[in-house]
Amino acid sequence: MLARVATSLYWMSRYLERAEHTVRLLEVNLNLMLDEGEDTNGRRWTRVLNALGNPKGLEWEGDAYGLARALMFDEHHAASIMCCISSARENARQVREQISSDQWQRLNRLYHEVTQQERDLAQDVQLSDFLLAAMEGVHLFQGVTDSTMGHGEGWHFIQLGRYLERASATVRLLNVYPVEFWQHADRAPESTDYLEWIGLLRSCTAFEAYCRVYTADVSPDRILEFLLLDAKFPHAIRYSVDALQTALEAIHREGGGSRRGETLKRIGGRLQAQLSFADVQEIAMHDVVEYLRAISSQLQLVNVEIFHQYFDYPIVAALATSS
Amino acid sequence: MVLPGVPPALKNYQLDGAFDEMFTPHGEARAHYAPLLETFMQLPAEELQRRKLAAEVSFLNQGITFTVYGEEEGTERIFPYDLLPRIVTNAEWELIERGLTQRITALNLFLRDIYNEGKILADAVVPREIVFSCRHFRRQMRGLQVPRNVYIAVVGTDLIRMPSGEFVVLEDNLRVPSGVSYMLTNRRVMKRIFPQLFQQYGVRPIEHYSQALLGTLRSLAPEGRPEPTIVLLTPGVYNSAYFEHTYLARQMGIELVEGRDLVTHDNVVYMRTTTGLRRVDVIYRRVDDDFIDPLAFRTDSVLGVAGLFNAYRAGNVTLANAFGTGVADDKALYAYVPQIIKYYLGEEAVLKNVETFLLTDPVQRQHVLENMDKLVVKAVGESGGYGMLIGPHSSKAQQDEFAEMIKADPRNYIAQPTIALSRAPCLVGDGIEPRHVDLRPYILFGDKVTIVPGGLTRVALRRGSLVVNSSQGGGSKDTWVLNQ
Repeated sequence: MLARVATSLYWMSRYLERAEHTVRLLEVNLNLMLDEGEDTNGRRWTRVLNALGNPKGLEWEGDAYGLARALMFDEHHAASIMCCISSARENARQVREQISSDQWQRLNRLYHEVTQQERDLAQDVQLSDFLLAAMEGVHLFQGVTDSTMGHGEGWHFIQLGRYLERASATVRLLNVYPVEFWQHADRAPESTDYLEWIGLLRSCTAFEAYCRVYTADVSPDRILEFLLLDAKFPHAIRYSVDALQTALEAIHREGGGSRRGETLKRIGGRLQAQLSFADVQEIAMHDVVEYLRAISSQLQLVNVEIFHQYFDYPIVAALATSS
Repeated sequence: MVLPGVPPALKNYQLDGAFDEMFTPHGEARAHYAPLLETFMQLPAEELQRRKLAAEVSFLNQGITFTVYGEEEGTERIFPYDLLPRIVTNAEWELIERGLTQRITALNLFLRDIYNEGKILADAVVPREIVFSCRHFRRQMRGLQVPRNVYIAVVGTDLIRMPSGEFVVLEDNLRVPSGVSYMLTNRRVMKRIFPQLFQQYGVRPIEHYSQALLGTLRSLAPEGRPEPTIVLLTPGVYNSAYFEHTYLARQMGIELVEGRDLVTHDNVVYMRTTTGLRRVDVIYRRVDDDFIDPLAFRTDSVLGVAGLFNAYRAGNVTLANAFGTGVADDKALYAYVPQIIKYYLGEEAVLKNVETFLLTDPVQRQHVLENMDKLVVKAVGESGGYGMLIGPHSSKAQQDEFAEMIKADPRNYIAQPTIALSRAPCLVGDGIEPRHVDLRPYILFGDKVTIVPGGLTRVALRRGSLVVNSSQGGGSKDTWVLNQ
């Protein structure tokens, strides 16, 4: 497969995953905002911006709906949902002959649904309608991708982009909470604490899945265990890293298992092992924030290494190994 | 003249000076069109519309569309398409085939000659000035040996039919001719929409074009590369022929690459794959000379591959077509093609040229300037119907504008009489009306010459229009070459 094609598939997938994540963050926080006083708005939305990696040019200025709208529609901000979807489409367009026509049509329709929305929507109802439509569009695209595209090398690059983006986003989301947040409070939790905890779970579509494992008995250490270390829940970091590693191995195999993929397999494997054998008590005893930061930088390393291995390798090095 | 006692579907069918493909001047259907006409007369109007719709849906589903951006849901439009096939008899085709083979062989010898010994120039059969002043002449090609001495591997030649019914050559396309995907998909759709009629007619197949193209490209591989890697180089998704590039790449089972996918190292071309670099041996390029290598040609090109020309010079990669072939389809040089054929092959041209006035000649120029309202003026290096003045259909202001341009740069223009292209029946509304058509057969030239029987018949869909180019509101129809 051409390196350019693989790059486009990878980015198409990452952008869509990013759009979905942003949708969910906005939906949850617009909702939570209603239950809490306006005095917590500043903290909440600063945290949302942190969780999105502090997009350039966006700051909390006291207007929650204004910020939400900017994160949805503003084509000048690369982090906005609209920009993510249009970047995904732009990448898909470069490889139109490599994806199925169903995939293309689905993504194209999503793009037009998003761009044709009224920019100055009234405050509440329509905003959440929009978010719902965007989420639905992304989900449909994923379904169409799985059922109409051959599960070969290209499909694995799509998986790679999706799970790397998902793992990175979830780590970043967990990382916006201070160390104290994760410690089991001595005081009895207040109702606002519950709201926050459930909000965090819902930001990862994890609330129902969490309840199945732990019942509705919500506590921060369990949330951490679930979102970080669960092996079965698709938005958990460990699950995402497992999926990432599966994709990497498949791509390595498809390429004839050359020596060039070894570094990447090692880095991915190390991260996978670390999460597989971790214990949440141990992590909590030390510095949770520091631990998450380490995971995050390892994910970044994987991304860099993917580029070096598959997308943008130096010619001389490739010449030495290819002949 | 309107036909007497005609069925209502034909009430708008006008016959005049132009050659009509279906009717004789006396209004009788030609033998090879009679069964088609009969079938269409028997079909109720609704059935015709139903089949027309079926054809359109079929195009849409195959993705043979161009996308109009900025409109609702990425509106995909199908390429304008006419349901009635254009029919060419076997005898007519044999003549065309013989003429094209002769013409391409001679033009290829001409290219070899001017980039090497230059005998034809020394013998003053073709004036040096015309060759060396051509914008598409590439001095970089001087003295370069190309595989099998083939410069023009893929050619599309535009033929028109004179009022007498004679086929003549209007234009050679020796650089990157396009449209062959429409020829192939038109046929697929026609077979689905009119299976019985198709079978009854005994139409010669064209489906082997892709294999023939692949075979041609393979035969041109550099020596010592028995299993060559062949790629199709496209300018990218923004090119209007991108659909065709993806179509051909898929049909041939070769990789579709852009300039940024290729790198050169030690005069060898590689493509970047996820598993490393893979050597490329033959490039079917759909990128113009100017843009293909920023080191050798236009330095501001981002579509090309730096160092590609040197790899080509070193003989490590073949390009089809070669560089600098545009000198032989320059419209001023066109006037000399009959002499070129005579010079290299010692034969008279089977397919004639259209009479052409060279504006560098003071006498001919004067004649043209005095008759701007009757002639067609064309810029020599343009294609696709751009840079053209059709005298009878133009305003005085446009004529004056072209006259000024001719005086400023006479080498850049030629003039030809306005020819009423032949007309073929087309489905217009509920009825059948004649529209002007041309014919572009595709010629492949590798270890042998292959011309698939047929080609792209382009139609000027507007009544009375003489411009068939797709960029100027033209459409296309299937072309049937008959067995008998």
